Amino acid sequence: MTPHKVIEIDHLSYHYPDGTPALRDIDLEVYQHESIAILGPNGAGKSTLLYHLNGTLMGEGKVTVLGIPVEKENLREIRRRVGLVFQSPEDQLFCPTVFDDVAFGPLNMGLDEEKVRRRVEKALEMMGLRGFEERSAHHLSEGEKKRVALATVLSMDSEILALDEPTDNLDPAGSRMLIERIQSIPQTKVIVTHHLPVAVDLCERAILLYGGRKIQDLPMRELLKDRALLERFGFDADYAQWMYERNVKLQTSKPK
Amino acid sequence: MKHAFLDHHSHTESPIHHLDARAKIIVFFTFILIGVSSPPTSFLLFSLLAITLIGIALFARLPLGHLLKKVLVILPFLFVVTVSIPFMKKDAIGGGYNLGLGGLSISQSGLWILWNVVIKSCLGVFSIILLSSTTSFPQLIKGMERLGSPKIFTMLTSFMYRYSFILIDEMYRMKRARDARCFGGRWFWQTKVIGHMIGTLFLRSFHRGERVYLAMLSRGYNGTMPETSASRFGSAEILFLSLSPLLFFLRIYLV
Repeated sequence: MTPHKVIEIDHLSYHYPDGTPALRDIDLEVYQHESIAILGPNGAGKSTLLYHLNGTLMGEGKVTVLGIPVEKENLREIRRRVGLVFQSPEDQLFCPTVFDDVAFGPLNMGLDEEKVRRRVEKALEMMGLRGFEERSAHHLSEGEKKRVALATVLSMDSEILALDEPTDNLDPAGSRMLIERIQSIPQTKVIVTHHLPVAVDLCERAILLYGGRKIQDLPMRELLKDRALLERFGFDADYAQWMYERNVKLQTSKPK
Repeated sequence: MKHAFLDHHSHTESPIHHLDARAKIIVFFTFILIGVSSPPTSFLLFSLLAITLIGIALFARLPLGHLLKKVLVILPFLFVVTVSIPFMKKDAIGGGYNLGLGGLSISQSGLWILWNVVIKSCLGVFSIILLSSTTSFPQLIKGMERLGSPKIFTMLTSFMYRYSFILIDEMYRMKRARDARCFGGRWFWQTKVIGHMIGTLFLRSFHRGERVYLAMLSRGYNGTMPETSASRFGSAEILFLSLSPLLFFLRIYLV
């Protein structure tokens, strides 16, 4: 059985309102239950590409998500099925309490209250945030805010998750915890990051962007071996080599 | 960063804290209404109001000293407003001061006015402090909303509450960055820098507003804020609410 295509991007270009090109002629296909990392330096167009997945931005070219073209009249449906988490949790969390924030999406979908309550409970449980319902966002630590931000889209039961720099601003322990939580989410994931270790832990495929262009699209393990490519993108090739060997070791020692 | 929250003590555990916000809003506003509408000579009513309020505070396990200190905060404002009142002539409240050394006199009606302002503002502010110390801000907003306050008003208030802390943080960070680069010099230069800072703060807030709106759209926002209607108006709320008619009764028959 061939895997089901969930995202199809065809010749996508985008210019900022002032005319600066941000994305140039991007083609991309993502399959169901895949986890892909969009890597690249600052200003490469990573976030801009991500924002096209739920129609937050709309450029020239064709974007199809779950068979639905991303166009104005489908936005409601698209946004229900693609959960986008912004980089800053301060932007993502705008309600007075954690409960209100996590319930915002499901309530907008028109679900009845009992269902909303169950979904909020489940999303908070998945993020390890049980008992946080009545807390205010500004009482939370950065790591907790990031997890609440994720819960706000998990509660929508989206089929695709689009995460913008999920571990940005976190300390190593917070980052590790969030990575483990994200690993436990079964949905298709598109993750923007400039942090190679995060990408390695979360994704099996890497898309490399530079200057708004797609430079490479390859399996993560191949990227880790490609010293020239890694160095071109400013990643530490020795560290990548170490991660590659560690992963191979982990995979061979894993009981079948 | 740490902030002084508006709703300090609102997470204490007590029967009063657990009441529905609507009941508390109605009862505490009745206290204010009754206090303000009574003539200054109704000492018995004022003392009853004060005793009831203190009783509620004790029942809510709030530190009385802390609450009274909070009431004192309004005294400077009160002082500015009332300092001239006792010196008014009985028949010249609208004007006609006599500030000559020999003519300085304190009129009895002026003292009555002073007493009137002091007791009513103290009772009023104490009621509001009790309300905000027993109800968290989000609950207060929800309570107002369910009591029929316009949606746009409660929405603006809740956004303001959410983002005021972030704005204050941003301002402090900017101030720190400014001071770290040896801020000083002539006053004209200083005002220019402060002007730039205000401008930057405005631009940042403006952009944040855009991003928040995008985050709202991404979760299906379509122009109206959704709400949950979880209400728990039980016997405790009704018991507490019965204070309101009781107060009205006292206001009518005691004065």
